[in-house]
Amino acid sequence: MSANGAHGAHMTLASLYEKAQEMSNANLRDQIVQQLYMKSQELCSASVTFSKTKRDVRTEKLDRIFTSPIWGFPIMMSLLGVLFYLTIAGANVPSDLIAQSFGYIEGQLTTLFQLLSAPQWLHGLLILGLFRGTAWVVSVMLPPMAIFFPMFALLENYGYLPRVAFNMDRVFKKVGAHGKMSLTMAMGFGCNAAAMMSSRIIESPRERMLAILTNNFVPCNGRWGTLIVLSSLFMAAGFSSGVGMFVTTGTVVGIVLFGIMVTFFVSWVLSKTALKGVPTHYTLELPPYRRPKVFETVIRSSLERSLAVLMRAVKVAAPAGFATWILANVNVGDTSVLLHIVHFLDPFAQALGLDGYILMAFIVGLPANEIVMPILLMAYLSTGSLTEVDNLGDLKQIFVDHGWTWLTALNMMLFSLLHFPCGTTLVNIYKETKSAKWTLISFLIPTVIAIVVTWGVAQTVYYLR
Amino acid sequence: MKREYVIALAGNPNTGKSTLFNALTGLKQHTGNWAGKTVTIAEGTYVHKKNTYRLIDLPGTYSLFSNSTDEEVARNYIVFEQPAVTLVVVDATSLERNLNLALQIIEMTPNVIICINLMDEAEKRGITINENVLTKKLGVPVVKITARSKKGFALLFDTIDRLVSNVIQGTPNVVRYQPEIEEKIAKLEPFVRTVVNDTISARWIALRLLDGDESLLQELMKRWNRGEEEILCPQTEHMVHI
Repeated sequence: MSANGAHGAHMTLASLYEKAQEMSNANLRDQIVQQLYMKSQELCSASVTFSKTKRDVRTEKLDRIFTSPIWGFPIMMSLLGVLFYLTIAGANVPSDLIAQSFGYIEGQLTTLFQLLSAPQWLHGLLILGLFRGTAWVVSVMLPPMAIFFPMFALLENYGYLPRVAFNMDRVFKKVGAHGKMSLTMAMGFGCNAAAMMSSRIIESPRERMLAILTNNFVPCNGRWGTLIVLSSLFMAAGFSSGVGMFVTTGTVVGIVLFGIMVTFFVSWVLSKTALKGVPTHYTLELPPYRRPKVFETVIRSSLERSLAVLMRAVKVAAPAGFATWILANVNVGDTSVLLHIVHFLDPFAQALGLDGYILMAFIVGLPANEIVMPILLMAYLSTGSLTEVDNLGDLKQIFVDHGWTWLTALNMMLFSLLHFPCGTTLVNIYKETKSAKWTLISFLIPTVIAIVVTWGVAQTVYYLR
Repeated sequence: MKREYVIALAGNPNTGKSTLFNALTGLKQHTGNWAGKTVTIAEGTYVHKKNTYRLIDLPGTYSLFSNSTDEEVARNYIVFEQPAVTLVVVDATSLERNLNLALQIIEMTPNVIICINLMDEAEKRGITINENVLTKKLGVPVVKITARSKKGFALLFDTIDRLVSNVIQGTPNVVRYQPEIEEKIAKLEPFVRTVVNDTISARWIALRLLDGDESLLQELMKRWNRGEEEILCPQTEHMVHI
């Protein structure tokens, strides 16, 4: 074919495509897929016979309930609620116990240091900085994780998660995202950094980018501690312990739902603007429900997830505790470096309903969300009275002493839910997208939303007072 | 007369496609499945009745709507490289879902054999499949096998042999869509024929254009600019870089 002829064919192809697109309409793909499915069904009913009633009747019956248009969402919500309730209710006592034993060990270590007449700064650095920070991470985070992860893994093994994806598909489609995003979101409940890798299951680059950019609005386990502790300390105040537990659960579920709503909203805006496009068609396998191997699952998820996450937290928390203590104890002029930073951040933080300490903790806590709370506590402790923290009640006193109200707690939870992804997640986003621009965007979108939302809440409350 | 034929293996993920590939070629290979990476296509050969058959293990996909790189690679191979036979491997235990892909492939080429794998598994679950009914309804040969134990291979070899030597021919009964879609296809088909040569089904291209398959449009333009000869040449490169 001559070059001219090739050019001619080229032009005609493009105009042919235009012509076809003019004739086409938005739901043509759905009609095609529907017809293919009907044909497959027709072929099968003509050629396939089942001698045993091995059509998985049980799975079909269960699916009729779990993926029902009426019951699907309420069941999902209640399962989520039950999961959080058990986590919150179950974590309280062991958290206190672990905190108490760490308090005891701290006392023993202090005595030992005095016996050895070790210098005051060494005691401060190792015990008040390093040990306390680590102890807090372990006692606050280990119990909820040890309960939440195995239960989540049981649901996963049972085969429920693909049904969640199925239920959510319609909503995701409406906002221009891919239904499989619910799976990466589920992963994000564990760890946002890991969820970045899991976004590979979404084939289309556009929808994958949506999943990556919005994953941060699902609270990872590093933020569970913060959410659960703050809501049980401040939101359930004034209720009896039984009712209080429900209020706490309600608050956490509300926060999670708010995060999901933000996810939908951001996906919708992006798919109308920077990441324009229609969601692609995909096949989702709904595997049969299986009885999970309870023992194995519990052991494996405890070891693989809880312990691994905890080790990571401790690894980052230890040096951060170190750094915080040094910042709090090295003086420039007559105030410590820490207080300089806090005072600098304070006016802005106050406008967001937070304080300078909290904002400083979020910034210093960039490497891992797990350490935001310990850093905050250490900062408070290093400047105020050095109360020994044996239980959650003492913990609340520290906050209240620093002027906390329920608004501070609520806004810290919101900021924690919405703020920039942790360092590891950012590194993974860069690895997955290979783009500094998108990594920066993935930092900016949540940060701006976190500032706007907390500012809005704070200003509204200030105005109403 | 010794000849060489190219056979493409297509199918959903987890249908034992690679098991069949290894059983036929004796090569132990693995196919990468990650989208966004280099898609590796495994290749191997076997000899039957003095003819050499070159097997191409396409990426496992659920559909061929070019949603992903894998789907594009598989679709491009079937449509543009035009293998002598496209062997569609389907899972006997979930035939209904698997037939979807088979229905899409018979729209692209008549040289198709449907290979129902995992028959041992199906029998265990009390599933009986009448392949003759399927053959008649689909218009292409349907063969039942168990790749793991090489059961049914003799018939499969024989069917491939008869198809490549034109003893039998595939006459696919493609899916008829809703009347308004069929009308649009009928309107477009004559135009397609004037632009694209008759080695590719005009009905299929018309359907894909209606569906707004831009990646196919790009591919068609690219191949048309390269010139006719190259379109029909089977690629010797096994790594398809994205």
